[in-house]
Amino acid sequence: MTQFAIDNSWLIPFMPALAFIMIVFFLRKAPQASALFSIACIFTSFVLALGVVGGILANPTTTEHSVTWFSMPGVSLEMGTLIDPISGMMVFVVTLIALLVQIYSIGYMENDPGYSTYFAYQSLFAMSMLGLVVSNNFLQMFVFWELVGLCSYLLIGFWFYKHSAREAAKKAFITNRVGDFGFLLGILFLQILFGTLNFTDLADIIPTYTNIGLLTVVALLVFAGPIGKSGQFPLHVWLPDAMEGPTPVSALIHAATMVVAGVYLIARAFFLFVAVPNALMVIAYVGGFTAFFAATIAITQNDIKRILAYSTLSQLGYMVMALGVGGLTASMFHLMTHAFFKALLFLGAGSVIHALHNKQDIWEMGGLAPKMPVTTKTFVIAALALAGIFPLAGFWSKDEILLAALSNGYTGLYLIGTFVAFLTAFYMFRLVFVAFYGEPNPENHPHESPKVMTVPLIVLACLSVVGGLVGMPWLKTNFGSYIYFGEAHHGYSLSIMLTSTLVALAGIYLAYLMYYKKTISAEAIAHRFQPIYKLLYNKYYIDEIYQWFINRVVDGAGRVAYWVDLYVVDGVVNGLANGTKWGGYLVRYLQTGQTQHYGMVLIAAVVVIVILLGLIDPSMGIFAGGGAK
Amino acid sequence: MDYTLLVPEIFVASLACLLLILGLIAPKGEKRGLVLFAIVGIIASIVVVAAHFNMFDGFLGRMYLVDSYASYFKVLFLVSVLLVCLTTTSYFKPLAGEGSEAYAIMLFATLGMMILVSAGELITLYVGMELMTISFYILTANLAGEDARSSEAGLKYLILGAVSSAVMLYGFTLLYGVTGTTLIHQIALHSDSSPAFWLGVVFALSGFGFKVAMVPFHMWAPEIYEGAPPPVTIFLAVASKAAGFAVFVRVFLTAFPYHADHWVPIIAFLAAITMILGNLAAIPQQNIKRMLAYSSIAQAGYLLVGLVAANQLGVKGILFYTMIYVFANVGAFAVTIVFNNVSESDDIADYSGLAQRSPLLAATLLICMLSMAGIPPLAGFAGKFYLFSAVIDQGFLWLAIIGLVMSMISVYYYLSVARVMYLGQVTDYSAIKVNGSMKLLLYGCMILSIILGVYPDALAQIANTAAKFMF
Repeated sequence: MTQFAIDNSWLIPFMPALAFIMIVFFLRKAPQASALFSIACIFTSFVLALGVVGGILANPTTTEHSVTWFSMPGVSLEMGTLIDPISGMMVFVVTLIALLVQIYSIGYMENDPGYSTYFAYQSLFAMSMLGLVVSNNFLQMFVFWELVGLCSYLLIGFWFYKHSAREAAKKAFITNRVGDFGFLLGILFLQILFGTLNFTDLADIIPTYTNIGLLTVVALLVFAGPIGKSGQFPLHVWLPDAMEGPTPVSALIHAATMVVAGVYLIARAFFLFVAVPNALMVIAYVGGFTAFFAATIAITQNDIKRILAYSTLSQLGYMVMALGVGGLTASMFHLMTHAFFKALLFLGAGSVIHALHNKQDIWEMGGLAPKMPVTTKTFVIAALALAGIFPLAGFWSKDEILLAALSNGYTGLYLIGTFVAFLTAFYMFRLVFVAFYGEPNPENHPHESPKVMTVPLIVLACLSVVGGLVGMPWLKTNFGSYIYFGEAHHGYSLSIMLTSTLVALAGIYLAYLMYYKKTISAEAIAHRFQPIYKLLYNKYYIDEIYQWFINRVVDGAGRVAYWVDLYVVDGVVNGLANGTKWGGYLVRYLQTGQTQHYGMVLIAAVVVIVILLGLIDPSMGIFAGGGAK
Repeated sequence: MDYTLLVPEIFVASLACLLLILGLIAPKGEKRGLVLFAIVGIIASIVVVAAHFNMFDGFLGRMYLVDSYASYFKVLFLVSVLLVCLTTTSYFKPLAGEGSEAYAIMLFATLGMMILVSAGELITLYVGMELMTISFYILTANLAGEDARSSEAGLKYLILGAVSSAVMLYGFTLLYGVTGTTLIHQIALHSDSSPAFWLGVVFALSGFGFKVAMVPFHMWAPEIYEGAPPPVTIFLAVASKAAGFAVFVRVFLTAFPYHADHWVPIIAFLAAITMILGNLAAIPQQNIKRMLAYSSIAQAGYLLVGLVAANQLGVKGILFYTMIYVFANVGAFAVTIVFNNVSESDDIADYSGLAQRSPLLAATLLICMLSMAGIPPLAGFAGKFYLFSAVIDQGFLWLAIIGLVMSMISVYYYLSVARVMYLGQVTDYSAIKVNGSMKLLLYGCMILSIILGVYPDALAQIANTAAKFMF
């Protein structure tokens, strides 16, 4: 079974692809059947993914299968699958979360007119994401990378009749294009420099390449992809707006799977980044800065999904930073645990929004704890896990990252990371105390969500509790024995663990005092630090800066280009087009319909060709391009 | 000599004769079953040819060659005739009239093509070509009793075909006179550069050029395509042209390889004017069949580019492109058949709102035309990519640039049809019904045009194997 799954890993992305095709062509009119078929397919993929994980746990090797896609002299492109511990872990996480989210969606999307379409998009997304994960070369990865972007666009704009949803979908797509452009340039460079895009081949060639300057440029271009997809500063602006999509979509795409594609790409191409330490350093600081920057914004936000979105940005920053400091194991470990508890947080938020009929402001919630016991309990577990409280999942992975930063000499990033841990605990429990334990809002009549929604919550809650234990540093074989770059590391530092736990507890306590006990007035603080508060509340005015840039610079350049297009390009093009058209009419008159005429042309042509052949000495090369033999 | 290799030819000949006889025996009203009979027979032949794909044998001192190159084209001809048979189910009565001879004659034409592509010697070649062409004269004039255009087309084709055939045969005699042999591979060894030899080459060129509708030997094509019964038009545009290319490439690369530096520039020039004229003339056409006829002339120009390259890559390009050209053209022409059956019109203007009346027809026409225009990721793109990159390798950058510019121009007239279909005013809301076998054909052409573009390598590898036999 496990060998079958590893050898036929193409089936993992194929199953949801099948679901997509079936729904689009045959099941569109039958919503229930669409949902069931889609879930059945992703479940099959999940079982296969379990087989892959089982096989890898028994024997951690790399299995590659590929076929030639397109070949010509000099260039040969391939399609294939690469299964190793990293991609094995990813297919497991992606299929698991996708499966749970699809089950949850049965309840959440009930009565939505686009029910079938929703499941078709979900399947398309699962196919794209899994295809990306199992890719064995950059080009195939890029194809699926773009497909994932397309699905994100479709799902953010799923309620396209809402103006804000349309705008958010466009924003996500366009912002991602900026990063993807760099990524594509990087891929082209790799093809030109090394003649192959295969990960395994490149991993062998790149360490021997000596032009470090050029390689740094290539690595940074490739890194532009993750900056866009994984919402790193300065291309992070699309992710909070992406919350316009249905909440299960936010859980699947904008928390647990798609946005970590960038992190996965860096891990997959780690051989490239390791070869150029400067690029690695840039990655570390971009990640560290994003982690801090997003966490500070999260403190001031009021929309439940936006708080979680900024938290996601911050945690993605953590993962990128971990890669930058060389901690591939830590980063992948955090990717996995984060997928569990962040999906849980989003699904929990979805449960709340569902119960309150689309209210998203945490100040309008309050007092949900007694009415929605399951949602509340699982949400608190996830919040504790995210805050990094012992022994929940986040505790282990966060400490790994902090340890990696400190032991690789990035003391500054370690301090930032620890401070972010404090901020994380604070904003999460600000949310918990206000929304779940605050004054009940008399307008609300919350009720617990149906089983089909709460069961996925419970499953994820269990994983958030125990998911981190696989990475316990005291185990002889743990997460790091399978997923590592170079050599596996085992190490821990009790002082880091203690510090980060204390910091997280301090964050929770502060939130408790401010928002539950109210012994410290939040308003007073906000008032006292008015400028800073406004700066954070308005997300550092990044959106406004971009808007200004677009209005002034891009639109200005656009106007100039428009003038050129209108008077110069159009003139030439229209002239050419009219010329071509007239040429066409002229040519038509050659066709007279007279057979004798045609016969004459035929004979005349033979004569002309004979004369031509006689006149032209081929050595003069009038017609030959020079290379004819 | 392994005579089992001749089984496909013998099989097709027997099938054709059998159809003639069955047509006489079968009771009236039961003749519909004959097409099924033909289809099963053709599929069996395809299987037999494909099974022999990697075999090589030369009969009677290489007068008759069975190699991968020939087998590739035989599969192509049989696939074309199969597709044409599928189209006749919605166009059965006018084509077959009272008898089943149309199917038999189509199979005779196919037999001619199969002999033509296997011929290793000029007389055999000529016999094959005449078997094919004479069958086409009959098929073209098949509607003579009902449609004056059909008889006019048949007559014109007969006269012009005879002229071209005579010139070509004259060329063959000159070649024989100079070299003392009719065996193609022997001609290469005995050829000199005397004026008589060059006359022979040019005369042969004109004969092959006529078959592939190369400018300036293309004049017959638009009118015959328009006047012939639609399934015959498809067969003519697809299989006859491919047969012409098959023999064109074989003769020029095996008989005249040492004079390539003389004929390559001439063909480059002819390829350029074929691409230019075909595409320009397609622009003002109001009738979709005429438009497709000019577009198929333009396609011949792209294919000639592969011959200009005169290397294995170029031949591989030709082989690949002729195959995908079959699916794109059959798909497009089949749509016109269905549409004509319903509305009795071939005017592009009448295609207004087709997307509403039958999404399948509109989508098939669009995909097939975009494939011909060479828009990625459709099959035509991969085909043009192979052809143009082969010729650029040989230093003919200018020819590739003309090809690219002309492909861009072709997008204009293809998309004008798409605009009418998708954005045009809907005047008639009645849905167009498509019968089962036609649906199969349309889906098949559309899907293959996509798949062979997304994953061209499998077919390209086969084409590459076949192309090796020319060198």
